[in-house]
Amino acid sequence: MNAYKEIAWNGLWKQNSILAQLLGLCPLLAVSTTLVNAVSLGLATILVMMLANFAISALRALIPYEIRIPVFILIIAALVTMVDLAFNAFLHDLYLVLGIFIPLIVTNCIVLARVEAFAAKNGLRASTVDGLMMGVGFVWVIALLGAVREFVGQGTVLAGIEMVFPSLSGIQVLPEDYPGFLIAILPPGAFFVLGLLIAGRNWLEARANQRALQKRLHDHPPAANAPA
Amino acid sequence: MSEPIDIPRRESGVFRISVRTAGIMLAFTLVFTALMAGTHKLTAPMLAASALAEKQRLIGEVLPAAAYDNELMADAILLAPNRYLGLDDVTSLWRARKNGAPAALVLETAAANGYGGRIGLIVAVAADGRLLAVRVISHKETPGLGDYIDPKKDRNKARPWITQFSGKGFESIARDKWRVKKDGGQFDQMAGATISARAVTNASGRALAWALENRETLFALPANSRFEADGGKP
Repeated sequence: MNAYKEIAWNGLWKQNSILAQLLGLCPLLAVSTTLVNAVSLGLATILVMMLANFAISALRALIPYEIRIPVFILIIAALVTMVDLAFNAFLHDLYLVLGIFIPLIVTNCIVLARVEAFAAKNGLRASTVDGLMMGVGFVWVIALLGAVREFVGQGTVLAGIEMVFPSLSGIQVLPEDYPGFLIAILPPGAFFVLGLLIAGRNWLEARANQRALQKRLHDHPPAANAPA
Repeated sequence: MSEPIDIPRRESGVFRISVRTAGIMLAFTLVFTALMAGTHKLTAPMLAASALAEKQRLIGEVLPAAAYDNELMADAILLAPNRYLGLDDVTSLWRARKNGAPAALVLETAAANGYGGRIGLIVAVAADGRLLAVRVISHKETPGLGDYIDPKKDRNKARPWITQFSGKGFESIARDKWRVKKDGGQFDQMAGATISARAVTNASGRALAWALENRETLFALPANSRFEADGGKP
């Protein structure tokens, strides 16, 4: 497995920011009420993570080890502020959709975690790819979480899509008189669904480990006289 | 990145390293503050322009074009900072007239007590004392939970939450019933996000009361003059 493949695999699954590292839960739980909101936050997060990893990888030789965390936080907060202002000024239509999510990213500790664990020790390209892949790993999980909460909570899929693509509209999947299941929309619902997703990941991982072990036993059976 | 430094035993060495580290931190702070300030300076005119365009669009939403025939943007009053309306800055207030007679007042107001802080509102009060409509100008309510106060984010597209104020006045709803149902009033709130609804409801009630109290004075003032009165609590 080459280095970039490994970075991608780590971001998407093995070290997935939500499922494995359980980082960035604050914006995750607050915003994953619908699929459209979730993906919007996810896209803004990808952008900030790539920028933060790039900037800190570029400046890493200048940052003294003892004060790295305050400097990282300073750089991340400044980047988020600048992205927020630039989006508002130059991409105003997109800002009307994504804008509200950008300041939330400052509270996402996954950005700081990747900067500290990866960008501070690796080159520019690898760090930017790591930011991208960690971001994509964040997006697919938050999208799944948002879709489940939206479906269970209000019986729709893609509600609010008209803010992004005015020609589309959300789909009412369950009957119109579906009373809704409020707790799925409220924060406890986020914890329930997230718990199920993490349990699912752990189950898949445990099964994969079990299979690997069986395969090893099959290929190299223990000697008959080996101690039990 | 440099490795952890062995702290030297001599006091002066410790001092020198501390000063050096503080200096680097200061340098980073200065550079990034300058970058932020530069971005702010560069984008400020564009942000102001889009905020103005958005405000004009919202005025169009609270006040139907058929309700007035004067040059609305020119018939403005400057409103001094007003604690009762929650306004910390000078804002504009517009006077709509039809055939020379007062038709409606359009003013900004704000609720300081939203879940995410300040909620900026714009309201239009008709000459008959009813609230024509309320719209949210700015807010930081939780996406997907409290942001239904903005009709763009409201899932009920046919009848967004904020439209329930349209056409209401103190004749149909008593002043002390101008609250969300949870507080014993007449207006709905969404379960799980009452604070947002309460803030908007109370602020719109205050704005309506203030407009009714001051409208004769306001319509009598010459255009572009400044209105200072802080407004008693009616």
